[in-house]
Amino acid sequence: MGTLNILVAVCLIYVIFLFLVAFGAERAAMRGKGGWLRSPLVYTLSLSIYCTAWTFYGAVGYAARSGLEYLTIYIGPSLVMIGWWWVLRKLVRIGRAQRVTSIADLISSRYGKSNLLAVGVTVLAVIGTTPYIALQLQSVTVSFAVFSDAYEASVPLQSQESNALLVAAGLALFTIVFGTRNLDVNERHHGVVMAIAVEAIVKLFALLAVGAFVVWGIGGGVTEILHRIDTSKIGAWQIEGDRWAALVFLSAAAFLCLPRMFQVMVVENEDEGHLRTASWAFPAYLMVMSLFVVPIAVVGLDMMPEGSNPDFFVLTVPLATGNDGLAMLSFLGGFSSATSMVIVAALALSTMVSNHIVMPIWLSVTGGGASVSGDVRHVVLLSRRISIGAVVTLGYLYFRLSGGGSALASIGLISFAGVAQFLPVLLGGIFWRGATRTGAFAGLTVGFLIWAYALLLPSFGTGVLISQEVLNNGPFGIGWLRPQAFFGITGMDPLVHAILWSISLNTLCFYIASLVGFPSPLERLQGAQFVNVYEHSSNPQSWSGSLAQSEDLMVMAQRILGAREAQELFEREARRQGVSGLLPEPSPDFLQVLERELSGSVGAATAHAMIGQIVGGASVSVEDLMAVADETAQMMEYSSQLEAKSEELTRTARQLRQANEKLTQISEQKDSFLSQVSHELRTPMTSIRAFSEILRDSDLLSEAEKVKYSSIIHDEAIRLTRLLDDLLDLSVLENGQVNLNVQTGQLSEVLDHAIAAALTGGGPDRLEVNRRRAREHVWLSTDLDRLSQVFINLISNAQKYCDADQPSLSILVGRRDGALIIDFIDNGSGISKQDQAVIFEKFARVGEQRASGAGLGLAICREIMARLGGDIDYLPGQGGAAFRVSLPGALAVAAQ
Amino acid sequence: MNERRKSVFLERQSYRRRRLVDTIRILPVVGALLWSVPLLWPTGEESGVATSDAIVYVFVVWFGLVVSGAFLARAVAKGNVGEDPEES
Repeated sequence: MGTLNILVAVCLIYVIFLFLVAFGAERAAMRGKGGWLRSPLVYTLSLSIYCTAWTFYGAVGYAARSGLEYLTIYIGPSLVMIGWWWVLRKLVRIGRAQRVTSIADLISSRYGKSNLLAVGVTVLAVIGTTPYIALQLQSVTVSFAVFSDAYEASVPLQSQESNALLVAAGLALFTIVFGTRNLDVNERHHGVVMAIAVEAIVKLFALLAVGAFVVWGIGGGVTEILHRIDTSKIGAWQIEGDRWAALVFLSAAAFLCLPRMFQVMVVENEDEGHLRTASWAFPAYLMVMSLFVVPIAVVGLDMMPEGSNPDFFVLTVPLATGNDGLAMLSFLGGFSSATSMVIVAALALSTMVSNHIVMPIWLSVTGGGASVSGDVRHVVLLSRRISIGAVVTLGYLYFRLSGGGSALASIGLISFAGVAQFLPVLLGGIFWRGATRTGAFAGLTVGFLIWAYALLLPSFGTGVLISQEVLNNGPFGIGWLRPQAFFGITGMDPLVHAILWSISLNTLCFYIASLVGFPSPLERLQGAQFVNVYEHSSNPQSWSGSLAQSEDLMVMAQRILGAREAQELFEREARRQGVSGLLPEPSPDFLQVLERELSGSVGAATAHAMIGQIVGGASVSVEDLMAVADETAQMMEYSSQLEAKSEELTRTARQLRQANEKLTQISEQKDSFLSQVSHELRTPMTSIRAFSEILRDSDLLSEAEKVKYSSIIHDEAIRLTRLLDDLLDLSVLENGQVNLNVQTGQLSEVLDHAIAAALTGGGPDRLEVNRRRAREHVWLSTDLDRLSQVFINLISNAQKYCDADQPSLSILVGRRDGALIIDFIDNGSGISKQDQAVIFEKFARVGEQRASGAGLGLAICREIMARLGGDIDYLPGQGGAAFRVSLPGALAVAAQ
Repeated sequence: MNERRKSVFLERQSYRRRRLVDTIRILPVVGALLWSVPLLWPTGEESGVATSDAIVYVFVVWFGLVVSGAFLARAVAKGNVGEDPEES
């Protein structure tokens, strides 16, 4: 009795310790100092609630009965974790993006926020989980009994059951205290997570301690124990392939679908990066957990008397060898496994029950529901607490009623097979946009019916819920419907049979019903949202907020989130919208944010319904969507039009600026032109006036003087005429009014004519012209008179301005890039750099006025060449002044 | 809807990262295959494989998966934190 008392005391101390851990974690998180609470290690350890008392005690029993088959239960989850990139990563991302609170919430949210579906999933989850909770209670009770049996064989059964009741009450209390402390919008429970992380370490340590004791304390080392394994009754490899494969699949599916696993894996996930660490750390944890199972089983089979329950070898082996301390540790390990599972399962189930069953009922019972003032948080919390109590009580009742006879593992597997029915709907929901609510209903219904019929009912024993007659011959004598031999396929393992048919028919019905039906708009939107979660994280369901009253929303939000939190949220949103004051505009954006916040507390479907009550239009019709889409399209079109307009305006402005610059330039040119022209006209006019006055007023002039003066007048008049001719010529050329008189002729002839015209008179300083006649035999088809005018100008310029002692001009004809080029190069000092820039301008004259000329010659040349399609340029670096006349090749070639 | 065009060819770094993700994806398949090998072993008292050998095999596979999983998880974390959407 002494040991039992110590056990109870240790147990109590351990429980108090757990309370303190959870309390400390909550405190730290509240003060914002919980950085270490959010480490990947804690996340990984919290996943270990997969290893329940079934694992802790049952695995050894499983190994003692069926050899290595127990490994399948760990291999499945290991594969899922190793393959995190496929499913878990997406699941966690969706969970975070959609503020999912439970697996029922996820499924209902994916299929159009259907509350009916959520209710269905919740009920099925409760049915699937209750036996499992009973299993945990049973394991704790029996482990107590093992201790008392070992020391006092005559403990009445009633006191054992009161143990179970005590444990159940304690667990419910813990869950209520730390699971419903606050209504956190993120639905995260730091206290609970921390406590189960600690429990994970305790159970791992306990199992390792027992394993090490068995291998090195009793077995005598690794090689010895391996030898013992081979000589034991499970020494030969005896695995049924179908069971191996089916159980690996089943455990993998259950790992994803169990409500408690979903709770720690997705809902309590703080950071997606944690999953990365857990992807290898959790398989490592499972590997270590299962490492010593077979040695313990083998040593237990050897040591313990025939007929002792192998499920509790972990306890009985240390006890039988007198290691009470180790047995105590082992008990704590089992206790930890059981309690952590019950706590999280109760938490997950209560969230589902409260959000999807209690709250909708309460809302509809209280009439208008959402718009009644008063804090509704206490209702939510109360409903959670009651749900926790109800779930644990249900487990306890199941334990009492079932009597706790059957082997632990089989209950576990039945439960696994039940929740695995969620798998098709879950995976279909996140990977296939075509999955619909009808499909989900069909699949879940069919899957659960087959599971219940083929696995659950027969598990209670023949004749309890299903008669031997039905089992042997099928209902109403229809052999093909025998619960364990569908379609007359006999000889299959009942578990494999049930898994095969329930999952495959579930998937098939889900698929076909999805193909046949047509989903509602909200469903389709949510489908896109879930399947393409990596592409867009925004919520597409749009509320038309015109009818919504911000104040009503405020009232409702205060009741669910709490006054301070709600006001902060509204203020933040108002600031974001740029509205002064506390109340933001009820824009669709704001409503989405609000709905998401609310869904963290009461679930997506309820939050949607509550906002729907206030906003008016609970569902989004196709017309609404079309209107929104239309509006968006119009806006986009309008904005693109605006953009085009503004671009056009910019372009026009740029053109205008250029035109203005040009005009200014031209105006300046005109001014300088006018002043130049007046100046040019004035000079000859002055001398004409002066000499004509002399002629008129002086009678004493000799004949020779008269001739001289009048010839001066004549010369000046000629100069004026030439100037005016040039001006007219230039004006005609510039206005483009010139008519080209196209002729065909030889270049050499044109040059001959030009030289002859330019160099009339001759004299000592006559310009020497060098030509290469051989290259001048080019036929031209252009205005030869105009071309000749250009040549004359260039040659006479050379004649006038070449300052060499023996002036000479070289005329070189060549071709470049298909164009005909004629270079005029003299041997003078050339034209200075700054003058080169202006020589083609009107009235530009170079250097001091050595020769007469208005400075229009080169300007005219340039205009002429432009008309002829060619060009004239100054050619620098040729020793003297050099001009290059280029003619387009076509003019030359065309005539040949 | 998605205006952003996905480029066909990638820089070396992105390319490596995608192949890394491919490795992560194939790892569970490899694990499943290796763990299916015991299904092919003969059963029965005489010619059967000894349980101790089976244990060693299963745990060696397990250990290998954990180590390579850890290596890949670290590599993918180091490579790029702001991961690109659903690359394939």
